[in-house]
Amino acid sequence: MPKAKVNGKEIEFEPGLTVLQVAELAGEEIPRFCYHERLSIAGNCRMCLVEVKPGPPKPQASCALPAADGQEILTASPMVKKAREGVMEFLLINHPLDCPICDQGGECDLQDEAMGYGRDDSRYQENKRAVEEKYLGPLIKTVMTRCIQCTRCVRFAAEIAGAPEMGMIGRGEDAEITSYLETALTSELTGNLADICPVGALTHKPWAFNYRPWELRKTDSVDVMDALGSAIRVDARGPEVMRILPRVNEDINEEWISDKTRYVVDGLLRQRLDRPYIRQGGKLVEATWGQAFAAIAGRLRAAKPERVGLIAGDLQDAESMKAALDLFRSLGVANIDCRQDGSALGAGPRESWLFNTTIAGLEQADAVLLVGANPRREGALVNARLRKQWLRGKLQLGVIGEVADLSFEYSYLGAGAASLERLIGSDDGFAKTLNAASAPIFIVGAGVLARSDSGALLNLLGRAAQTFKVVRDDWNGWNVLHTAASRVGGLDLGFVPGPGGLSAPEMVQAANAGELDVLFLLGADEIDTEKLGDAFVVYLGTHGDAGAHRADVILPGAAYTEKPGLYVNTEGRVQLANRAVFPKGEAREDWAILRALSEAAGKRLPYDSLEQLRSRLMAEHPTFGRIDYVPGPTKAAGFDLSALGAPGAATEEPFRSPVSDYYLTNPIARASVTLAECSAMFSRRAPAIAAE
Amino acid sequence: MSVRRLAKEQPESFAFTPETLEKVHWWIGKYPEGRQRSAVIPILWLVQKQEGWVSEPAIRTVADLLDLDVIRVLEVATFYTMFQLEPVGRAALIQVCGTTPCQLRGASALMETCKAEIGPKDRLSSDGLFTWQEVECLGACVNAPMAQINDLYFEDLTPESLKQIIAEFREGKTPKAGSYAGRRSSEPAGGPLTLLDESLYDGRLAKPITLPNRPEPAPKPAPAA
Ligand code: SF4
Ligand code: FES
Ligand code: FES
Repeated sequence: MPKAKVNGKEIEFEPGLTVLQVAELAGEEIPRFCYHERLSIAGNCRMCLVEVKPGPPKPQASCALPAADGQEILTASPMVKKAREGVMEFLLINHPLDCPICDQGGECDLQDEAMGYGRDDSRYQENKRAVEEKYLGPLIKTVMTRCIQCTRCVRFAAEIAGAPEMGMIGRGEDAEITSYLETALTSELTGNLADICPVGALTHKPWAFNYRPWELRKTDSVDVMDALGSAIRVDARGPEVMRILPRVNEDINEEWISDKTRYVVDGLLRQRLDRPYIRQGGKLVEATWGQAFAAIAGRLRAAKPERVGLIAGDLQDAESMKAALDLFRSLGVANIDCRQDGSALGAGPRESWLFNTTIAGLEQADAVLLVGANPRREGALVNARLRKQWLRGKLQLGVIGEVADLSFEYSYLGAGAASLERLIGSDDGFAKTLNAASAPIFIVGAGVLARSDSGALLNLLGRAAQTFKVVRDDWNGWNVLHTAASRVGGLDLGFVPGPGGLSAPEMVQAANAGELDVLFLLGADEIDTEKLGDAFVVYLGTHGDAGAHRADVILPGAAYTEKPGLYVNTEGRVQLANRAVFPKGEAREDWAILRALSEAAGKRLPYDSLEQLRSRLMAEHPTFGRIDYVPGPTKAAGFDLSALGAPGAATEEPFRSPVSDYYLTNPIARASVTLAECSAMFSRRAPAIAAE
Repeated sequence: MSVRRLAKEQPESFAFTPETLEKVHWWIGKYPEGRQRSAVIPILWLVQKQEGWVSEPAIRTVADLLDLDVIRVLEVATFYTMFQLEPVGRAALIQVCGTTPCQLRGASALMETCKAEIGPKDRLSSDGLFTWQEVECLGACVNAPMAQINDLYFEDLTPESLKQIIAEFREGKTPKAGSYAGRRSSEPAGGPLTLLDESLYDGRLAKPITLPNRPEPAPKPAPAA
């Protein structure tokens, strides 16, 4: 390996690194604005100047300079210091220095670097330039006079988001960053623009002037807006969540998060259930916990177990599902389901419902078939990974399902089951690609799984996966892209109908037909709550959404930022979320509510603390014991694809993504004004169609 | 230079004329497969030739044609000041050079003339016939002061001659380009002053010379059978 000397210290490095990276290997921090390790190199801010020998006797931009064997790199010489001071002085010439009123203040790269390299006064006496504000949509606020033209935002939009709509127009001192004709970006990753902007030119519009970063209490947690479990940091002030930012997790979200994950924050404050309610004479009236429990316990005692149902929603943590499961099983209830959408997955080996390749594993794929999935809406960061691999030129994609703009090119193979049959039977076109692939991947979306003919479809998919050898001894390319954060956890717990039990859609039907006396909704809002007949409905949840509106008793629970919890993402990765703030008002953590209810119902649950609950959970379901672990695509054991689903005839109904409105998929998101605004704005736009 | 923006009022659509389209394809053909986007500048130029300026629908058309993201074409169009982003005079676009040599030779008087005859700088005249602009050095400093009008250089201008030129354009005529001081290209005004000696040119001063070390001329090859 080549060697270089950084400030006299010798260091070995991989060929192909830049001088900046080598200096970092040696522990030297190089100031930078335009360089970002996940974006292409622009080399236009000049902040990263270093002295390199041999070479011309002038400072060089280290981010764009390939490191060479025998190089001597000086990062702190007088020349370097002087050069950087010069660059900083130039940068500040046209910068408004309005840190006191800037939302980036306190976490601004320019501020930080100016502390290191800025002069203590200004020699510039001319007028500063001013730049008009640009409209970039409901999420990003601009103060363009602060922009230092690093073009990170332009590169992010073009490279990562796949929405090449940002650019730098004009030139010289009149250069300006804008989107084409100042329209909002058509991307689910817009919020990241504010993160990568090193100054306060792009900030978060919904949070403008809401906080100072040093006032916030920071809690590492896990997102539940989709089934990916992106790593987030929840920043709170007092009892209020002020913002949600991404954390780096190379396995899932790298360092990005989707807009719903980020801007759902105001939804956590609105429409909250903060005390128990009981319906009396058609109206919900405030009640005490004791009254609520008594009302429920009475009904539970009176009802036969066959006439009781339990449905878990999409945002539930594993602990609350476990507690509910234990309670209702002890009551002899078999009508239990965590699949509100009526998904067919849940029996058979665990691999059948996981995203086995893992998200990071997508970067090894060379052929991907998307079946009934729109990853852009169902898991924006899976889409970003696919795009990343596609941009490398190593990935070919095929789609069966909806035609949609996915930010990469794909071969469109058809809309429904017949196209899949045709693919199995053919040996050219995309079938040839799949056959030749060394790491072929199927991504199966919820659009295929939650239909009346899902059993037959799964069986067909299993056959297809066998035909194209998607699961081999050393490779597992079978992937299910769930949309609900609680789904894999629920399936792992066996939160599915017991012997003779009804599934979620069947329970709704039964309730409507008067065959169900009590229906317990554990945060379940995506079922047809209008059609529950006369059943006595209990809703344990956080928001006054569909479930709460129909409920006869409301038990106020804790949102995902308000309780510690285990979540299992679509890959099967168990992750630990932490509590950032306390539940609202009289609300309590869900498991504790269920524990208290069990006492009222005379079936006391055998745990008094979350720790006890967790150790029981892990003892009974060992997969929960390994936090942050997934086997990975190469180690995953093969499983029997032919056992998937049930043979039968699939209908000709085209596959449709279950997420028709990306911004409003769950009760918290539906309570958010910001996301409502986004939804209104993007649904007004005609969807861009890019087939082939 | 100042901030360049697209015109407020834009036409509904843009279409290439068949003649322009032919040229467009000639330009595109110059670049290897997959590199067609390199033709963006010449094509924008052809757009401007056809319409007089570059409109937003035209930018979109060019982007579609070259399979470029439309913002990239906008970047190019706003970067180069030679692309007119507003409609310009139907009869003439007058670009008066305002750089030092022309300034010294009376460019400001020319600009005063323009202002009086046409109106404010960078603005379409009320009759839609003229636009005048101040530009940087056009490389004809020897014939300062000068202006580029449409595609041609008008040099050695005086306020009077410029007025005359504008009047002719207004009448729909095409005034002649070149020097208005009566000289040919950039010959010295008032005729040549150096290199006047005839003997420099008739060969009288030439001496026979022998070049050292010259190889013998190669024998002529026999003609092929
Ligand atoms: S807006 Fe921010 S990210 Fe974009 S170029 Fe300006 S400083 Fe860089
Ligand atoms: S970081 Fe190297 S030039 Fe900007
Ligand atoms: S200064 Fe006017 S042409 Fe050069």
